[in-house]
Amino acid sequence: MAKILMKGNEAVAEAAIRAGCRLYFAYPITPQSELIEYMAKMMPKVGGTFIQAESEVAAINMVYGAGGAGKRVMTSSSSPGISLKQEGISYIAGAQIPAVIINVQRGGPGLGDIQPGQADYFQAVKGGGHGDYHLIVLAPSSVQEFADMAADAFDLADKYRNPVLILGDGMLGQMMEPVEFKHAKTDEEIAKLGLQHKDWCIFPKKDENDRHHHEINSLELDPSVLEKHVLNIYSKYAEIEKKEIRYEQYNVSPDNEVLCVSFGTASRIVKSAIDDLKAKGKSVGLIRPITLWPYPYEQIAQAIGPRVKKVYVLELNMGQMIDDVKVAVCGKVPVEFYGRVGGIVFTPAEVEQKLEESF
Amino acid sequence: MEVIATRPKSLTKLPFTYCPGCQHGVAHRLIAESIDELGMQNNMTGVAPVGCSVFAYKFFDFDMAEAAHGRAPAVATGMKRARPEMHVFTYQGDGDLAAIGTAEIVHAANRGEKISVFFVNNAIYGMTGGQMAPTTLPGMKTSTSPYGRNVDDIGYPIRMCELLATLVAPYYIERVSLLSPQEIIKAKKAVLKALTYNKEGKGFTFIEFVSTCPTNWGVDPVKSRDWARENMLPFFKAGVYRDKGEGVE
Repeated sequence: MAKILMKGNEAVAEAAIRAGCRLYFAYPITPQSELIEYMAKMMPKVGGTFIQAESEVAAINMVYGAGGAGKRVMTSSSSPGISLKQEGISYIAGAQIPAVIINVQRGGPGLGDIQPGQADYFQAVKGGGHGDYHLIVLAPSSVQEFADMAADAFDLADKYRNPVLILGDGMLGQMMEPVEFKHAKTDEEIAKLGLQHKDWCIFPKKDENDRHHHEINSLELDPSVLEKHVLNIYSKYAEIEKKEIRYEQYNVSPDNEVLCVSFGTASRIVKSAIDDLKAKGKSVGLIRPITLWPYPYEQIAQAIGPRVKKVYVLELNMGQMIDDVKVAVCGKVPVEFYGRVGGIVFTPAEVEQKLEESF
Repeated sequence: MEVIATRPKSLTKLPFTYCPGCQHGVAHRLIAESIDELGMQNNMTGVAPVGCSVFAYKFFDFDMAEAAHGRAPAVATGMKRARPEMHVFTYQGDGDLAAIGTAEIVHAANRGEKISVFFVNNAIYGMTGGQMAPTTLPGMKTSTSPYGRNVDDIGYPIRMCELLATLVAPYYIERVSLLSPQEIIKAKKAVLKALTYNKEGKGFTFIEFVSTCPTNWGVDPVKSRDWARENMLPFFKAGVYRDKGEGVE
């Protein structure tokens, strides 16, 4: 299939539909408006459901209902809207409902602005809602990857009965890049998805003796039963940590004198700076976590070569992922941070200058 | 021996955990009987609220979801849109539906979601121990209105049937009471009608049950019915507020 020039917001929406998403509930917010508009236009054409909900709170609870009924369902928003969804996200994680949530991050805190940012890392990775739970968090760095992650996110959500968050940003949402789409699932393939591995969900019974009734629920008043439930969820998380860590290495070699860790949009700028420094004979490597949870702690530790003097963390926030990098590095070398906020995206020259100071 | 009454199939064998004199059990039974009579059980699903009836998902014998406080109409929307072949209802109390979930109920009604909503109004928060509800009557004492509901300070009770009847989309809205056998028989007819419309996919149906909370009102069950008749029914008037099937617009 030929490549198409598309905005990230539209590409991820198209990819979600191709992955079998036929239910989408959301509320308008900048800079993800093209996503909700694309769904409004396309869902009726594929026999799907689009509802512009009365609020982010309602949208995420519609996701709870549709996901509980065993269907592929998605919502999307930007930072302030994702904050509003946190109640529902906690319930979805507690009731173990598969769902896909997209955050096209903007500047914060509060209303902030509508420019790109990465300041929702803590919220996404450390749990923005109440209780012990994790989202699987995917961080794309190009429009192509944003689109590819849609199918991946639905598969992971179904496989583990867990909500998956794609943590994009206003840059990825608004930027146009060539994108090549994967196979669009046929109606027959989607029908099969419905009940495959979903014998827990809400669906019609054949007759009254068909099966015991199902409960989509996160409530359990008996502490010993609730503890068992949380431990069960965490054994699932242990499996996810074992099997689903994704990351990219860029220019990682034994010659590295600096190792960078950066994700999403920020990592692309870091790559440009690394290329420029390479031309000057200075060796800098990059680890780009693609899954922010589960996090590639060991992979970062292993990438610290014999000559590395410093690990540099570069984010579009005031230093959030750096906490996880410090856990990975475990005091072996100093960990430094550079970031810009307020919707300001650092330039390759700016990053290059910072990294060069380390030599 | 002739069996003249038995447990509806749509209720599990679990005994209700409600207080003596509480009418949730009556409301549950009316819904379950109607589902049985209409043969809807295998395609039925409901959404339980947060409040005294939080465990409704254990009492109804078909697939159920437990929603966050006030969000049942949004959850039901997602379920119905995902599986239009299923019949969906929510069961909610006054705090759940008329306070924290006001936006969700108004917009589900306004979209004309093809679901039924069963709303139990007893003018108080029961499960948390008797706090003021959006439907608490003027002057009525609760643990958070210890001097009586002061309407200058906190406003008047919300009449949900009247409010929802200002919307164009809802198909059927009726307020009934559960204060006597005669009223319960009448309430059953309303529940049966709502679920019939639900089965036929007509649109949004809403039944409000005016009921009592002897425990948190601090009144014995028999007197609580008299109190509700004298104080609640004049403010929350029973009646049909919308019935498109019968031409009541």
